Amino acid sequence: MKPFDYVRPATVAEAVAAAAQPGATYLAAGTNLLDLMKGGVSRPDRLVDITHLDGLDEIEHLADGGLRIGALVSNADLAHDVDFAKSYPAVAEALLSGASAQLRNAASVGGNLLQRTRCAYFYDTASRCNKREAGSGCDARGGENRTHAVLGWSENCIATHPSDFCVPLVALDAVVEIEGRNGRREIALDDLHRLPGSTPERESALEPGDLIVAVRLPPAAGGFAAHARYLKVRERTSYAFAMVSAAAALRIENGKIAEARLALGGVAAKPWRARAAEDVLRGVAPTADAFQEAARRALADAKPSGDNAFKIELARRIVVRALILAAAGTPARIPALPASPFATTSGAIHA
Amino acid sequence: MPELNLTSAPAHLRHGSNIGQPLTRRDGVLKVKGQATYAADNHPPGMLFAVMAVSSIARGRVTSLDVAASKRHPGVVEIMTSDHKPQLAIDPEIKTNPFVFRMEVLQSHEVRYANQPIAVVIAETLEAATEGAVLLAPRYETLPALVGLDAGESFVPPVVGVGNPTENYRGDVEAGFASAEKQIDAIYETPPQYHNAMEPHAIVAHWDGDKLSIDMPTQGLKLSLARIAELFGIAHDKIHIRSPFLGGGFGSKGLMAGPQTLGIMAAKLVGKPVKLVLRREQMYGPVGHRAPTRQRLRIGADGDGRLTALDHHARTVSSTFDDFYEPAADASHTLYAAPAIRTSHDAVRVNTGTPLFMRAPGEATGSIALESAVDEMAWACGIDPLAFRLKNYAEVEPITSKPFSSKALRACYEQGAARFGWAKRPLQPRQMRDDAGHLVGWGMGTATFPALMFQAEARAVIRRDGTGAMEIGAHDMGQGAWTALAQIAADELGLDIDRVEFEAGSSDLPDAGIAGGSAHTATAGAAIHGAGAAVIAKLADLATGDERSPLFGAGNAGVIARDGRLIRRDDESRGESYAEILARAGVAEVEARGTGAPNPAAMEEYAMHAHGAVFAEVKVDPELGQIRVSRMVGAFAAGRIVNPHLVKSQLFGGMIWGMSFALHEEAITDRRSGRIMNANLGEYHIPVNADVPPLDVITVEEHDPHVNALGIKGVGEIGITGSAGAVANAVWHATGVRVRRFPIRIEELLTQL
Repeated sequence: MKPFDYVRPATVAEAVAAAAQPGATYLAAGTNLLDLMKGGVSRPDRLVDITHLDGLDEIEHLADGGLRIGALVSNADLAHDVDFAKSYPAVAEALLSGASAQLRNAASVGGNLLQRTRCAYFYDTASRCNKREAGSGCDARGGENRTHAVLGWSENCIATHPSDFCVPLVALDAVVEIEGRNGRREIALDDLHRLPGSTPERESALEPGDLIVAVRLPPAAGGFAAHARYLKVRERTSYAFAMVSAAAALRIENGKIAEARLALGGVAAKPWRARAAEDVLRGVAPTADAFQEAARRALADAKPSGDNAFKIELARRIVVRALILAAAGTPARIPALPASPFATTSGAIHA
Repeated sequence: MPELNLTSAPAHLRHGSNIGQPLTRRDGVLKVKGQATYAADNHPPGMLFAVMAVSSIARGRVTSLDVAASKRHPGVVEIMTSDHKPQLAIDPEIKTNPFVFRMEVLQSHEVRYANQPIAVVIAETLEAATEGAVLLAPRYETLPALVGLDAGESFVPPVVGVGNPTENYRGDVEAGFASAEKQIDAIYETPPQYHNAMEPHAIVAHWDGDKLSIDMPTQGLKLSLARIAELFGIAHDKIHIRSPFLGGGFGSKGLMAGPQTLGIMAAKLVGKPVKLVLRREQMYGPVGHRAPTRQRLRIGADGDGRLTALDHHARTVSSTFDDFYEPAADASHTLYAAPAIRTSHDAVRVNTGTPLFMRAPGEATGSIALESAVDEMAWACGIDPLAFRLKNYAEVEPITSKPFSSKALRACYEQGAARFGWAKRPLQPRQMRDDAGHLVGWGMGTATFPALMFQAEARAVIRRDGTGAMEIGAHDMGQGAWTALAQIAADELGLDIDRVEFEAGSSDLPDAGIAGGSAHTATAGAAIHGAGAAVIAKLADLATGDERSPLFGAGNAGVIARDGRLIRRDDESRGESYAEILARAGVAEVEARGTGAPNPAAMEEYAMHAHGAVFAEVKVDPELGQIRVSRMVGAFAAGRIVNPHLVKSQLFGGMIWGMSFALHEEAITDRRSGRIMNANLGEYHIPVNADVPPLDVITVEEHDPHVNALGIKGVGEIGITGSAGAVANAVWHATGVRVRRFPIRIEELLTQL
């Protein structure tokens, strides 16, 4: 493979300085990056290994009732943290529905946010891809694109963001803490990923050297624990990316929805918060009709980017189902087949 | 392989005979400990690493390679290209026998498919060779790629499969349709599939003067050796191939492949041992695959649900440069008693690596279409699918009218149906739901695979210390040959299995033929049987001709070999040990050879097939269209079962593959470039553990006196057939939606649910 420098900074400040150089990239668990490097999709000159930095692997309960998750906490450790799973069950369910047990043991919180699309044309270096090589074109358009975006796409890029984890996080107003050349700042997770527009190569709001050090869930995020689910339709039961997924979280008071949160995965270049759908659910009873209307609103702007019109209908149905499941109440324990439509099938064993 | 310390621990139970015992794999402990040496685990001193550069276009020619840039990369030793390579002794385009397929070994600049090798970089490290291959930055002159089942003018190939006629007829099909009260006419499509053995194709090649030493997984040691000998112009006895273990083959390692030949050429070019291992994505091209098909099934039946005609046509593809045609329609020859049958094939040429044998070639693709069509016909007639199959049960092979050498399919239907609870199945679809509200459906399929035999030889030895040896160049692809063949050897030698040194997996042993066609246990087993009988006969001659032996004069009565002793058949109290016989005769050992081969007379007389019945239950989410198989039962009759434990594993694997065929597997080709877009195990879906339901396998008793001396039919491939159709039919029964394109995708159910 292409030779590269490997640096292992001792502090976050050193890391930021080392990664701000052109051609540098951060290495956390590498569950995505190493594959990209082996395939020649990413050819960094320098890897800045952050896995030895102190203080990035903690889960902290904040005084204001929020939660701060260090960027190096593994997906498995987070999902299996009993307090976390209890307070944010949809997030834990999403984590456990992603990848495989082996990958979840390695993959980190920060890396999950920044994983690259699974568009086959992005991975196939002989194909034109505006994301991989700005201005080269998009071979996914007119290609094999039944799994591609139905929301927020542009003529330049129809790729989707593959994360499960980000979907409930964005629904719960998660905040990303970033250490950069000009110090620390924070942005809403919803503002981290960019839609492709005319610059699909710019996938996030991060600047060179920016390091995600933590993800924070605000105090209000804990208010949905009783009615929160993640639902993921995929083409096999485990170790598959979402065709379409949805996170639904409700705060139900006196038989009415006081507040609803809804986000979709697998439909756009970013985890897709469906605020218009949330709005129609505020103050109404949790009925099938209300959920249908929410689904209609959530997909109002959807359009096929190729052979994927079915994903729009699928997404509507997933929204309805996720809301029904959320309204029914969070199960006492995470189902054996997390986020699966078959989660309640008897005899299922843990995936 | 004496250095392989196979273990039989935990202690095996023995009840007289080894054959029939469920021994665990004798190589299991080695594998669990990581001590089983696969080809790529070999690192001879001085070894270099070779990496293939492969084409990113599907059709055209390579116009330039930046050899200089690659060579400048630290660690790169040599670059093999079309213009710089060792000469072969014969043109690799020449087909010297029907089992020779054309391969790409840098013979020209032409590109015939995506992932075709176009150069080999040899370096001191794998990393340097890998980057050296990238630095070649090939340029191409690109021509439009031929992709898909409608890529061009279709033609009728001269043969399909291995020498099967392209078209077969029996009776008057059109008259059959004219007399039919019910008819169906349906088109089914199956996708290209790739073997994806867990172990990639690999080779470690080492030239020592004119001698060639090779570690390489192969399902056909002697076939590979013969191909290497003719390609490199060296004598057979100068070549030694070791292949003790394969990490799966499924047909892709049956024939010498281009990349492995390139490894030998690379070793010759640099004069050092070279290792070449394919990357996963490089296995999608030069090492074979299952071709896509589009199959039209027309079936007619009379008012009672008896078939009047069966017409099965299959369209498939081959490469632009060689001929292999998936014999999908042949699946309709053996199962259902239609008085009129026609099967036919046509094909188009596309820019692909040549499709080849892949686990149940023809049977797997044909079975899912046939079993779906039979299910549709049963529904059209208003008859339960099992009752419909029984009504049309073939008492003789329909296409030939030959009697079956044995056929316990009725018992398979009965036992499988009983275990599954089929009798409670509602005839109408979409009648069943589970507690969670999921649609539930039950489907079935009939399984069949021919009982084949190839040629093999074995050498048996009985030694003065009372131990024995059996040598045969057999192949263990994971199916358990180290164990099952040793069980046969122990029985034939009349010894406990732990007193038999069983050797396999090396080309300097007697030719075991090819591990394919589900025929390896039968073929190698027959050779072992012959060798064992012959060596026992020699030993018996020593004893019965010697008046000092208690067996003296027992020649006419005959002797039995048991527990290391020969005993008189008519008086089991009289006998002596092998050691005593050899010691008295003053010989260190006796040896003999035996062969296994098809019996042409029996083949002329009988149709020989294994059979089975598979029952599947699926659940379908009624709004989201996601499908989950919730249980499967398979009942199979495959003659004598040498090791029930290993046989069940084989059948489980086949059933899972069948489910994979119905619901998961598909290589996705970009229709413009001809490149495969999901050439990795992340995106080329096969079932994961969470997809695999509780499986139940019943092996149905079947005695077959005709197939071979041991009555073995083979179980390697039959599990896929029947299973794929059973799952597809269960999806229909759950939903009322008939999907005829496989794998069944969510979108095909979604809008119709």
